[in-house]
Amino acid sequence: MPNRSFFWFFFPAGLAMILFIGLPIISTGIQSFYAQHDQILIEVKKCDPFGCKTSVVVDQEATSKIKEEKPLGKFNGFGTYIDRNHLASDQVSEFWSESKSVGEFIGKVGNLPFYKALVFTLTYCVIVTPCVLLLGFIIALSLNAISRKIRGPLIFGTILPMIVTPLVGSLVLFWMIDAEGIIGANLQILMDDPYLSVKSSKALTWITIIIYGVWHHSPFAFVVFYAALQTVPQEPLEASIIDGASRFQRVKHIVLPHIYPVVTFVALISLMDNFRVFEPIIGFSAEGSAQSLSWLIYDNLVNEEVILFGSAAATSIMTIVGISIILTPVLLRTWKEFRTNR
Amino acid sequence: MKKILVTLLFLLFGTVANADCNIKSGSINILANDFPALRTLVETAKECKGSADFKVTHSAEHNKIAVPALTANPSEFSVRVAANSSIVPLMNADLIRPMNDLVKKYGKGIQESQLITIDGKVMAVAFMANTQHLYVRTDVLEENGIAIPKTYEEVVAAAEKIRAAGKMKYPYAAAYKAGWNLAEEFVNMYIGHGGEFFKDGGAQPNINNAKGVATLNMLKKLADLSNPDYLTHDSEAIKVEWESGNVAIMTLWASRSGTLLDDEGDANITAATKLVAPATVGGGNIPAATLWWDGFTLAKNRSDADAEASFRAMAHAASSKEMVAKAADQAVWLVEGFVPGPKSVGVIEAVKMGAKPYPMLPQMGLMHGALGSEIVEFLQGNESAEQALKDVEAAYITKAKEQGFL
Repeated sequence: MPNRSFFWFFFPAGLAMILFIGLPIISTGIQSFYAQHDQILIEVKKCDPFGCKTSVVVDQEATSKIKEEKPLGKFNGFGTYIDRNHLASDQVSEFWSESKSVGEFIGKVGNLPFYKALVFTLTYCVIVTPCVLLLGFIIALSLNAISRKIRGPLIFGTILPMIVTPLVGSLVLFWMIDAEGIIGANLQILMDDPYLSVKSSKALTWITIIIYGVWHHSPFAFVVFYAALQTVPQEPLEASIIDGASRFQRVKHIVLPHIYPVVTFVALISLMDNFRVFEPIIGFSAEGSAQSLSWLIYDNLVNEEVILFGSAAATSIMTIVGISIILTPVLLRTWKEFRTNR
Repeated sequence: MKKILVTLLFLLFGTVANADCNIKSGSINILANDFPALRTLVETAKECKGSADFKVTHSAEHNKIAVPALTANPSEFSVRVAANSSIVPLMNADLIRPMNDLVKKYGKGIQESQLITIDGKVMAVAFMANTQHLYVRTDVLEENGIAIPKTYEEVVAAAEKIRAAGKMKYPYAAAYKAGWNLAEEFVNMYIGHGGEFFKDGGAQPNINNAKGVATLNMLKKLADLSNPDYLTHDSEAIKVEWESGNVAIMTLWASRSGTLLDDEGDANITAATKLVAPATVGGGNIPAATLWWDGFTLAKNRSDADAEASFRAMAHAASSKEMVAKAADQAVWLVEGFVPGPKSVGVIEAVKMGAKPYPMLPQMGLMHGALGSEIVEFLQGNESAEQALKDVEAAYITKAKEQGFL
């Protein structure tokens, strides 16, 4: 396609991307460098049905004047990025100097909100993504091998987890693992511990969310792999059968290399999706045990009566940076292949 | 004949027309939390809407909607039904208007004590009071020979006895859901221990002390007697636990008693449920509970006509003797003519015992938020009480700095 027509084809999509993705990201970036103005507090008499007392309120007149002059707030540079609720540079160096062992240091750093969320997010990403790829591939292979007559209904059943709204899907599992739900109650009997609670145990909550993640994302991998399997040429497969190749050898040496670009694609999308894990945490009410980067942003924006825009913006920008870092190896590899193909 | 008919009709509908506050213009749009008393109030306000537009949003997520919706100009809502804590972000951001003029003009039935004044400016009109207090199952207590607990130490002892008797596995319940609910329990218990959240009137935190540790230890003891899923249980969830007969002693909002004691569910449990005073803790005199008011505020970013229409409709409800007579068991109304019934026991006892109101301070929301997420690990047993309190203070300080309080 000539560059000119490519440009006009791409133009509407590009414009929408700049307007609805590019500009908001820039605005978020700018926001993250600002903090609120110093609050001007004055003592006043407050009366309510339970009595009167003197205490402080925000002085609106003085505040509105400052706000009019500088509506964005007080410039804070990277102040928000390095405070305790984010990268916590001061705390980390303090822990480093006062900790006696590496284990103690890691324990202390893991207690900081940002690192706590990062650890969960990465764990989730690292476990769920390969499981999704593997499971999706196995399902696709099996379905591809069975009779065409029952394939339709089976495919439908397989993609059901993806059709179910994430929140509903997680709620169903949430009720099942309740202390009186089918899984929760049976686990108590199985482990012979009447006080066992999946929801209050950190490890079990993580496992539940990860299992849910695999369950929810596998159909996507399956659909893409299944489509790719339809394009695998039959001749080399038949030739290898004649040569006496086992099923495993056929998959390893013919099928996999053929659908390799698709695997990369699914891996990329899954990594991105998993890095932004959010709904299951809300669905499972797992805020106590598992926090992800996306949840931190949500928490800053809605969970408090005071909205922390700067804090949320800084976390968002760091999430974007995080995704870029995770995707780099895959992207580099794709780029290299692209170059060699030319 | 025709004349008589008209007169008769007039007489018949005269009473209805009476409720009409003769509002001719403007539009009214209300944002409120979702529980029965507020629904009754809004319905009463609707009676007198006249020819004004009338819309209402009842949502449990009201706190998340309020600030963005009122920041818009014109604001989405003309009325926000708020409480001690939720009025603070509105005042911090200057989103509600003083209503002295309207009170003077249209606030005839409103009592002086209903007005929430800040520096003489009327920022809200309260209509009901609320608190968290104990609910007990008299049948279970009697069966085990336990007196109605007056302190949290007695609650722990009673719950342990019930558990030891094999009657219930998890005899105690309170809304310990990580986040706002859990933080609220801490606030109650800390105030019960006589704690102050900030150092001498400033914004420096003051919870990492012996009282804070005692508070956390008491919460942990109670949590161990609760359903192990307590970190996911909000007020609604523990209400369900209660109605299933799994719980014998519970700390719950007074405003939830209406639906707890309605005709739905097991009649035996409902009959044995008794509302009693909030408990004290650690030998203190004041209850480990906070007093709350619910009241209405007017959005600043709305026209004067809307504000006037909204005020008149809401003031009609907030001074309606008929409403408080009809809905006497839904809430502890602050409206003139309210006769307290058995469901008001908790709040009235709390006031008598000298319970403190929830601190209406500009930085309290940040403290509340920090508490909700940082004390979880202590309850899970992964952290010491001192470390948890240190984390709360550190998280609070960081947020307070970003918000310009420190």
